[in-house]
Amino acid sequence: MGEPGTKELLSLEELNAAVGFRTGRKHVLSILVENRPGVLTRIAGLFARRGFNIQTLTVGPTQDEQVARITLTVDGALHPIDQVTKQLHKLINVLKIRDLEPGGTVTRELALFKVAAEGPARSELLEFCEIFRGRVVDVTKRSLVIEISGEEDKITAFENVARPYGLIEMIRTGEIAMGRGRGET
Amino acid sequence: MRAVDAVMECLKAEGVDVVFGLPGGANLPTYDAFYDAGIRHVLVRHEAGGGHAAEGYAKATGKVGVAFATSGPGATNLVTPIADAIMDSVPVVFFTGQVRTELLGTDGFQEADTIGITMPIVKHSFMIQHPLELPRAIHEAFHIARSGRPGPVLIDIPQDLSRADIPYQPVADVSLPGYQPTIEGNQKQIRQAAKALAAARRPVIYAGGGVINANAAVELTEFATADRFPVTCTLMGLGGFPGTDPQWLGMLGMHGTRTANYAMDGADLICAVGARFDDRITGKLSEFAQQAKFIHIDVDPAEISKNVAAHIPIVGDAKNILAKLLIEYRALEADPSRLDDWWIQIEAWRAEYPLGYEDSSDSEIKPQYLIQALYEATGGDAVIVSDVGQHQMWAAQYYHFNKPRQWINSGGLGTMGFGLPAGMGAQVGRPEDVVCVITGDGSIQMNIQELATCAQNNIPVKVFIMNNGYLGMVRQWQELFWDHRYSHVDMGEFPDFLKLADAYGASGFRFVDKSTLVDDIRSAIATPGPVLADVRVTREENTYPMIAPGAAARDMVG
Repeated sequence: MGEPGTKELLSLEELNAAVGFRTGRKHVLSILVENRPGVLTRIAGLFARRGFNIQTLTVGPTQDEQVARITLTVDGALHPIDQVTKQLHKLINVLKIRDLEPGGTVTRELALFKVAAEGPARSELLEFCEIFRGRVVDVTKRSLVIEISGEEDKITAFENVARPYGLIEMIRTGEIAMGRGRGET
Repeated sequence: MRAVDAVMECLKAEGVDVVFGLPGGANLPTYDAFYDAGIRHVLVRHEAGGGHAAEGYAKATGKVGVAFATSGPGATNLVTPIADAIMDSVPVVFFTGQVRTELLGTDGFQEADTIGITMPIVKHSFMIQHPLELPRAIHEAFHIARSGRPGPVLIDIPQDLSRADIPYQPVADVSLPGYQPTIEGNQKQIRQAAKALAAARRPVIYAGGGVINANAAVELTEFATADRFPVTCTLMGLGGFPGTDPQWLGMLGMHGTRTANYAMDGADLICAVGARFDDRITGKLSEFAQQAKFIHIDVDPAEISKNVAAHIPIVGDAKNILAKLLIEYRALEADPSRLDDWWIQIEAWRAEYPLGYEDSSDSEIKPQYLIQALYEATGGDAVIVSDVGQHQMWAAQYYHFNKPRQWINSGGLGTMGFGLPAGMGAQVGRPEDVVCVITGDGSIQMNIQELATCAQNNIPVKVFIMNNGYLGMVRQWQELFWDHRYSHVDMGEFPDFLKLADAYGASGFRFVDKSTLVDDIRSAIATPGPVLADVRVTREENTYPMIAPGAAARDMVG
């Protein structure tokens, strides 16, 4: 590319439109926002009025008390991520958005499973709990509450294992995510 | 000082010389401060009138408009102007009163969740939770409203907080870490755009309201005339390029000229400046300008590739970018003769499809002729403020706007009732100019109460009602697309606008004869004070040409 005055015309055929409509994968957006009332409503409203579905959402404090972090996941097969992030950027209270690359990111989710556990089922469940490196956090004669943390897939795998035993209740926090390496997310 | 007195100081520091509003319980402290603040306050008759007046003021002057309303119904009456302002990117700061903090959330008298109700339609809003926040919030609000892509900002102030005693210190700097609009425009992209334009054989410049907002009309004209680029503008962009220039194709879109729409359809390169590819422009999206590549210049990155994928996106201020683009383009010394064939084609369309209508054979006034007569009577120099409907489209087609901020209307939201109050605001902002409101017998009645405001304050707007006794645009659609089933569009001869003008303290006229119309309009404009002219026009006249909803531009009818 030359300075002004270089008479190199551009053939229009070479131009490609830069637009990524649907990426077809899950996106983890890590959003730093000003820690003020109403910010979450603005973000949620932005998704809702465009018919975009938020898969998971977690909100919490950061090392800076003025700033909160929202981690949310969106299905890029259903929604144009490009529009989502651009619209988010327009919110005055949104400080920074990162669409985290799956390869360079550590993600974790916490889940609690309340499972029916009577008779032989109990020992089998305890065994699974061990394999998944979970913890039993509550016990009654007829049930167990098991805590599992890890990546989304692992939680889903445990859910599939526990379900046949009688899954009374399940709670998942939604993913949190952090970029690998020394730099800030 | 009281927090409300600090509000007045902040307004003065922002250079506000006039506000529009209506007092009520929750903003009584604010109005006490207005009593001797030395800021002009125009008392409107309905909060929607105040909101639209602030918009009209902003659109006519380029400054930030300001409107005040009380809590509850006062605030909900502002919802339409706020929505209108976000759609057309109008810089307005809205101040609403709120119930006392101890009553918040209790369904207190005149309580409404103003912040919640308006959240999807503001650029930003502030719920004041401590009186000390007020000065900074106000300056941030003005900064946000006027910068980047302009828009409405709302400040909601609980009554008790507004009475608090605070130490006021002027706020010198506003810094918002999460808000830093891109202004400059990427130089590499600009160069890329210049090269593409120099290579294009069938280019069109498609300019929108962003050109007006960025005060970039001069730069647009200089750039377009640096070569023989054909120019078309959206409804919001009219006046951004001279409507009498030989390179002007006319407005594009649903009721644009055939020449402009066909040029878009046949173009190999479209340079969009401050325009957003609205459905009223593109028609059927999949068949919109299929042969074209797109340069898209916009200050709002979210507009780029929203509806139509951009090949060369440039984010930034149009004034800035067009000036740089001109330098880059000149340096390329493109050969203007490459556009010869394109202009032969354009001139052929122009000759074959001029804007036109069949005139009446008697004295009946055709609505299109009313606009032509107004153009003649005003020498093309008036500020034209329009309402919404057929009259709006005819005004856009037949009044040739040569200057920016000469054409003020509600484009995105299409708000009937916008015209009179917006005209009032425009006149307040530009007291030396002739301000004419073109409206319909439907639209005018949606905010006609502001005639009283005009009469009381001697705001001399000249209102011309294109009276066909119908909700004309709806009637046209029922005729064309609903098998002539005119369902609830006939407004008859009600009200008697002459008597109404008289009752409001305005001068009333009724014009029925086309042969004297130009002179009639001249004498109406020469009449001091506000004027309400009831102009009887052909009852069933359709706005043509037209891209039917969902159709492609090349299939224009009429």
